[in-house]
Amino acid sequence: MTTTVLTDTVPVPAGDPAPSGRLRLVLARLTAARGVLVGAAIVLLLFLLAFLGPYLTPWDYATPNYTAIRQPPSAEHWFGTNGIGQDVFAQTVRGLQKSLVIGLLVALFSTVLASLVGACAGYFGGWTDRALMFLVDLMLIFPSFLIIAIVSPKLRGTGWLAFVLLLGLFNWMITARVVRSMTLSLKEREFVRAASFMGVRPFRIILRHILPNVSSFLIIDATITVGGAVMSEAALSYFGFGVRAPDVSLGTLLAAGTGDAPVFPWLFYFAAALLVLFVLAVNLIGDGLRDALDPTADAGRPARTARRPRRRNP
Amino acid sequence: MTPAPVTPAPPLTEPPFTEPLLAVRDLRVDFGPAPAVRGVDLELHRGETLGIVGESGSGKSVTALAVLGLLPGTARIGGSVRLEGRELVGLPGRELARIHGRKVAMVFQDPLSAFTPVYRIGDQIAEALRIHQPLDRAAARGRAAELLDLVGIPAPGRALDSFPHEFSGGMRQRAMIAMAIANDPDILLADEPTTALDVTIQAQVLEVLRTAQRETGAALVLVSHDLGVIAGMADRVAVMYAGRVVETAPVDDLFARPRHPYTLGLIGAAPRLDGRGGPLVPIPGNPPAPGEGGPGCPFAPRCPLAEGRCRTAEPPLAGAGAHLAACVRADELAERGPAPSEVYPVPELPAPADPGPREGRAQVLAVTGLTKTFPQLKGAVFKRKVGEVYAVDGVDLDIRRGETLGLVGESGSGKSTTLYELLRLAAPQAGRIELLGQDTARLDPAAAHRLRGRLQIVFQDPMASLDPRMPVGDIVAEPLHAQAVPREEAARRVPALLRQVGLEAAHADRYPHQFSGGQRQRISIARALAVRPDLLVLDEPVSALDVSIQAGVLNLLQRLKAELGLAYLFVSHDLSVIRHLADRVSVMYLGRTVETGAVAEVFERPRHPYTRALLSAVPLPDPAAERARTKVLLAGDPPSPTVRRQGCRFRARCPVYAALDAGRRTRCEQEEPQAAEAAPGVDHTAACHHPEGR
Ligand code: SF4
Ligand code: SF4
Repeated sequence: MTTTVLTDTVPVPAGDPAPSGRLRLVLARLTAARGVLVGAAIVLLLFLLAFLGPYLTPWDYATPNYTAIRQPPSAEHWFGTNGIGQDVFAQTVRGLQKSLVIGLLVALFSTVLASLVGACAGYFGGWTDRALMFLVDLMLIFPSFLIIAIVSPKLRGTGWLAFVLLLGLFNWMITARVVRSMTLSLKEREFVRAASFMGVRPFRIILRHILPNVSSFLIIDATITVGGAVMSEAALSYFGFGVRAPDVSLGTLLAAGTGDAPVFPWLFYFAAALLVLFVLAVNLIGDGLRDALDPTADAGRPARTARRPRRRNP
Repeated sequence: MTPAPVTPAPPLTEPPFTEPLLAVRDLRVDFGPAPAVRGVDLELHRGETLGIVGESGSGKSVTALAVLGLLPGTARIGGSVRLEGRELVGLPGRELARIHGRKVAMVFQDPLSAFTPVYRIGDQIAEALRIHQPLDRAAARGRAAELLDLVGIPAPGRALDSFPHEFSGGMRQRAMIAMAIANDPDILLADEPTTALDVTIQAQVLEVLRTAQRETGAALVLVSHDLGVIAGMADRVAVMYAGRVVETAPVDDLFARPRHPYTLGLIGAAPRLDGRGGPLVPIPGNPPAPGEGGPGCPFAPRCPLAEGRCRTAEPPLAGAGAHLAACVRADELAERGPAPSEVYPVPELPAPADPGPREGRAQVLAVTGLTKTFPQLKGAVFKRKVGEVYAVDGVDLDIRRGETLGLVGESGSGKSTTLYELLRLAAPQAGRIELLGQDTARLDPAAAHRLRGRLQIVFQDPMASLDPRMPVGDIVAEPLHAQAVPREEAARRVPALLRQVGLEAAHADRYPHQFSGGQRQRISIARALAVRPDLLVLDEPVSALDVSIQAGVLNLLQRLKAELGLAYLFVSHDLSVIRHLADRVSVMYLGRTVETGAVAEVFERPRHPYTRALLSAVPLPDPAAERARTKVLLAGDPPSPTVRRQGCRFRARCPVYAALDAGRRTRCEQEEPQAAEAAPGVDHTAACHHPEGR
């Protein structure tokens, strides 16, 4: 623990500025962090590429061109072509569209669901806890892959938004369990008890005290989920669910290109590089958000090396 | 151990002049870049007791550990530590280990960490014996039993076969003292040996330490933050501040004529059990963090006597004879001998508005016959109920408007349970709680919510009770939001609240970790005051703070009470603090109120034997007065609350009962004593069949 002790000699400002409140302070810290800005810029650029990219190239992602099979990148085919002559650039940006949205939405959806269920189960305890945890266990033992396989043909008409929900729905249980156990220990902390003795309503306590204090874990978990969602979508697509040929996503491109990577690297590396860039950018944003929410973050870092063993009353 | 009045032997005021047993010269310890100890000189002679006193971060424990060579590997140690002329600094670990136990032994604050949990106490003591002495198994065991007997552990033969966790805190500390003296060491080092213990147990353990010292003839180094403990035990005292000794003197001299402003401040900041006294003198500011501070006197930023020359060079420890002080104005202080309040600015406390006679004032809290039992469960998977724990069993409280009730009790007395029962605002298991005229058993949820706004709490640990991720402004505004005060109104009140508790409006945008302990406790108080409550529940609000900081918080509480006409329920184990702050006091033992009354009445004419023992166990920060007192030592630990005894529950430890003849004993054995007034019309009741006085 590091404690920057304020001495009594802090200059007294004239007048009383109204206190800023947590939201404003966090926002200020967030925008002051370089990593967040870089990450956000990269994500923005990726979105631009994904949605404007198709207009930059004359090729269509689906039309095969049997006269140009497996051509390396050139001025004509920027990312080269694949086994049936489709333009890889067109395919990659098309795939990027899907994967960006799927990755972000699945992460958001499953994290929100997990934190609410976990925090409610942990905070309220008793029957709420038992019922919610039963649900979690049930979802955990269900073969999620099978369910998605069965359900997804029925959802064909509704587009991939339903698919996002499905992916999210099978991704939150472990997180919820962790949030629950963290909530159980937070609930015993005095500041949570103080709030409830003051008459703060339970949901407000969850929103204002519990969730901010598990936010570090939630953010790390969400950034991992982004990458994971893209890949599990690919796995499903491989078996013909989710994104179906001739439509593509980064996941399907990667799955298809893996085997060819040593011989025809352009089939694999462009898509892979974009995915890595995406996950990296999300990580940067996540790190910044975590630091912005944790007030000890910047004070803690330089002092970590200078930390001395803490004993009572040294 | 039979309870007996004990008068401590008068200490040697002049240690016999010989070659010192232990000589520490210019000891320096640092962990990484920050120095924890910056040049300490100490001397210890045979048979004497040296007290090292200081607040957290002063380096007192590090000094003690460095002498023993017990610091972790990351610490760099410089200077010299000589034991009978033999240099210890830089000695290889194996050599040091030979000296440990044989020559120097240590008693830690937390005895549990000194014992290995999986071995029996007897085996561990026997092992300590056999490392240094050629004893066979049976002889070692016999000697271990003798040692346990010496430290007053009942049935030592059986205790040998117990595991550490089966002992209570006080017993473990005794066992550790037994282990420490096993090899007749020359030096006994006790680091905060009684800090974690209750005051009656502390008195027992200190007595055991005296016995141990007498039996072995060892010199004792006692490290403590408690001036009272030091005053009662030490022959000589060294006061530490910011990694250095700032004053050292024979104990009477130090307390009577301190020569360093810091010592003077410490003495003035400690509330005393015997004097009512005006406001305490708080030492402004906070101790410097290690590695912080300029070239001059480290105390200069907080010192009311600081002048220009103080800030240029650090004054050395100097003076005539045995009384040394590291202050440029030490001579002046020695000559003038001012009282703490003449040197330190004493905060002006508004005189409390005369609230009128007690009977006429509205009742804020009335508790009668409160009972709370917990089921005692056994089994890991299938919990079976095997009995009941009577945590609270007959508590009565009565608080009027504008009044402070001090609730005193040792651990296990049920005072925390009582508090949580009150704060729950629900129907108690048995008895009746009436808060501001409303019976909590008959509240509907909306009324309970409104009532929460009129009852606020300040917790003991100022770090744990503030959300680390919330800016202070939001923390203070939280109860306002909970009571649905409009946002703008709440934001407007926050700066005023912060200033009311001695902070600044600009602090609202900072986070709790940026504040020191005392400031955090002020934030807690500001939060509690936000909704203008009628009753403030203070749960050990200053026990986590150092004495110089504690004084400021206590003064603040007194001022707020006078200004706002608040009623306090002040829970504390520290009787001196209660004496200083409370109007009335209520003493609990084993879940029951045993004595209640006006503070002056109870403290000056205690009637219940338990109260008397409790009061006599509190050490006074005044060596002469401390030696002159007769102490009532209580035997043993409080019994388990799982059995509901017939008759008086204090019987097993009661010195009065022990002295009674058989005929009068039966009453204590068969009849539960009820609270009885000392005299009609006097605010003083005790639940004892044979009360003292009047
Ligand atoms: S040296 Fe100066 S600043 Fe330090 S204690 Fe003495 S008078 Fe105060
Ligand atoms: S009732 Fe008897 S046993 Fe209890 S405190 Fe009084 S004298 Fe002691």
